Parts: sequence; structure tokens; C-alpha cells
Amino acid sequence: MYGNAYIDPNEKFSSEEETPELVAAFQARIDAGEKIEPQDWMPAMYRKQLIRMIEQHAHSEIIGSLPEGTWITRAPGFRRKLALMAKVQDEVGHAQLLYSAAETLGKSREDMMNDLITGKSKYSNIFNYPALTWADSAVIAWLVDAGAIVNQLANSKGSYGPYCRALERICYEESFHLKYGHDNVVHLATGTKKQREMVQAAMTRWWTPLMHFFGPSDKASVHSDTLMRWKVKMASNDAMRQQFMDMYIPKIWDLGLTLPDPLLKKNIETGLWDYTEPDWEEFKRVINGDGPCNAERLAVRRMAEENGKWVARAINNEEAEHVRPFA
Amino acid sequence: MATEDQTTIESLDPRISRAHLSGGNHEDMTGLLHFQTYEVFHQNKRGAQHKHVGIVHAPNSDMALLYAKEQFARREQTANIWVAPSSCIAATEYADDDIFTTTPEKLYRNPATYKVMDRIQAFKERGMTPSDEA
Repeated sequence: MYGNAYIDPNEKFSSEEETPELVAAFQARIDAGEKIEPQDWMPAMYRKQLIRMIEQHAHSEIIGSLPEGTWITRAPGFRRKLALMAKVQDEVGHAQLLYSAAETLGKSREDMMNDLITGKSKYSNIFNYPALTWADSAVIAWLVDAGAIVNQLANSKGSYGPYCRALERICYEESFHLKYGHDNVVHLATGTKKQREMVQAAMTRWWTPLMHFFGPSDKASVHSDTLMRWKVKMASNDAMRQQFMDMYIPKIWDLGLTLPDPLLKKNIETGLWDYTEPDWEEFKRVINGDGPCNAERLAVRRMAEENGKWVARAINNEEAEHVRPFA
Repeated sequence: MATEDQTTIESLDPRISRAHLSGGNHEDMTGLLHFQTYEVFHQNKRGAQHKHVGIVHAPNSDMALLYAKEQFARREQTANIWVAPSSCIAATEYADDDIFTTTPEKLYRNPATYKVMDRIQAFKERGMTPSDEA
């Protein structure tokens, strides 16, 4: 996927000046629909923003597997348990694909992992909320993955080759996550009174985080314009939120479930959804560390690294003879 | 890991609660091993070409094969996998991609540029006589 894109983490990137000619040639290549590859010249800001974005995406995959992973042991029924394990394995695999894509820009996977665990890097805010019941895990698998797919499909048309290739594989794999999540939600929503109450409560709990998911409105940002021109960002946060609402609110209402926003309706004149702005102060507070699960997510990740160190050391031991399972 | 003066995390997941983890540790991780990367080539059935599908991090080729199986053979039908250290791959520079430009004077490589039928037609029409005797 990233053939001939190996980057030595100690390598210093060419400090070639950013002349207007170089930037114009770079822009022309993007405008012509060409992909940028790791060896190509790129503006420092392009590199920096992509590292930040792909790294955060990778962290979101790895942290996102935690609230769902919690439910593996308690998934109702063997088939759902198998499917959930497969989904969680996929998410961790997606993190690996993304770390590899980000590495082609010059930041090592180990540095990214360290920045995640020490809290220097962010991940999707939505994973700082707990999956209280099985229905929460169903809503996550359906709607958080749906939101991620809206985002990822848009970004897979972006300009950076390694990221696009990773996203294509990810979107392909996540289509099962979405179906699996929908299946679980439908099962509960068409089930007993208790099951319906459970899934309604989960839907109500997750609505605000889902509205937060695409981020605050960014249509007025100059920064955003540059990123869109470089095809680092493919659509505004508002556009992606609208697309998500358009695709999924009808499906939620179709099940007789309600959403906790009295203003929610499609505006016939504008063709857009009217809604109450979610509490963006809460969003800022949670993303900066003060959410219900921030501390737990990072502590669990740290424990996994600490407890896994001996495995890394063992497989790295050149003298060892019996470290090569092929299961 | 948990220390005496920090509060232990109570989780919805009993396994996490039992681990007695504490939050708020922002220290750098040390001893994270930086494995080299391997390029992975996937063959979906015997007789097909191996296709490059991505990379894995591993300390040796056996582990790279194991990770490649987990990462790239979870769904697709797989007959065989190759791995090779990324550092062993030599590549051309995109900046020099003009070396691959097929110029118009290479038309002799194009089968469609060989047009014999016109000539045969003319030959037949003049009674198949040699060109210098017509």
C-alpha cells in the first residue's frame, strides 16, 4: 500500500524553501486530481496537518475499540459475540493501517503511540463516553460507524495517496460493522417493551455525542479553506453532519424511535436539517480531558502497552527459537 | 500502574476495575520497540499475481508473515503471502517520471499502426504485378 514509502523516523525532511513556484506546482497537481505520494515535495503545513489528522484517526480506531470491547464477554448470543470480536479486531487493524499511512509523513508509530498515551494527541471525542448497556454498543456499531463512514468516504477522495488507500480498505471492511450495528438496533427496536426502552435510552444518550462527532461549524474558517484547497479536508463539518442526518434520521424514525431534539426536521426550503446546536462547551470540556471516560481510556491503553512489552521483547529476541507461531 | 495516592478507576468493565488502574499518568512511555516495516504482497489464488497490499511492522520475516495474515487475510480468499523488508525495495523517483513517457516516435510498438490492408488492396487492384512494373 505504501510501497517504496519507507521513512526512516530519524530522517530529516528536506528543508527546501517553500517558493511560490513549488507551492503552485503542488496545487496544480492536486487540482489535476493527482495523488501526492510520500516522496513528493509538499508544503510543511500540508505534512503537519495530515500527520495530525491521520494520527488522530488512528488513535480513534484504537481507542474506539475499547467501549465496544467491553461488551464482548457479555454480548447476547454466540453469533453476536463472534461478530463483535471481528469488529473490534477490524478497528485495531484499521489503526495499524492508519499509523502506517501517517508514518510515511515522518512520524514513527511509537512516537504516535506515546503521544496518545501521554495525552498530547487527541482522538475522536465520542469515545470518551461510556457504553452503559448492550443497546449502547448497538447504537455505537450502527451510528458511530455510520458517521465514520461518511467522514472516511469523503476523505478517501483526498489528495494524499497512502491515506486514501488505507481509507478504501477501511470503508470496505466497515460496511459489515454498519450492517451488524443496524441489525442489533433493529432487533432491539422491534423486540419487547424492555428492549425498546433500552434502545431508546441509548439513542437519547448518544444523540449529543453524535452531533458533536463532526465537530463545530467550520465554514467561516480561513484555515479550513486552505485544507479544502489541498484536499486534506474534503467537506465542511456542517456538510458532513447534514449528510449523516439525511441518511440516518429517517432510518431511526422509521423504527419508531425518537431523538431528543424538538427542532429536528428537514427544512423543505433549504433542503437542510434544522436542529438545536449541541452544547459545544461540553464538547470542549470533554475533548480537553474532562469526560466520563477519558482517564479510563488512556489508562487502559497504557496498561496494554506496559503489559505487552515482554511480548515485544520476546519476539524481538534474535536468539529465541520458539517465538514464531503461525496460527 | 496504580499508585497509592491516586484514585483507582471504576469501570463498567469488571476486567478493568479488577486491574486497579489509575488515571492522570502523563509520563512518556519508554521501551517502545521500533520494529522495521515489511511490504506485504497478497495472492488470492494459485496462479494469480501477488499484489502489494500494505505494510506491517515486525522484528523478523516470520513475525511479519504472522501479522500480514492477521491484517490482510482476514476476509479475502488467500492462497499465499510474501513479505519483504521495506528497506530492500528500490524505487524510481516520482520526480523523474518523465522517463516513462511514451513518445509519439514509439508508434512502431503499437500494433494498430501496422496497416497492411491498404497496400494489399492496391496490389490486388493492379493485378498483383510488381510495383516497378505496373
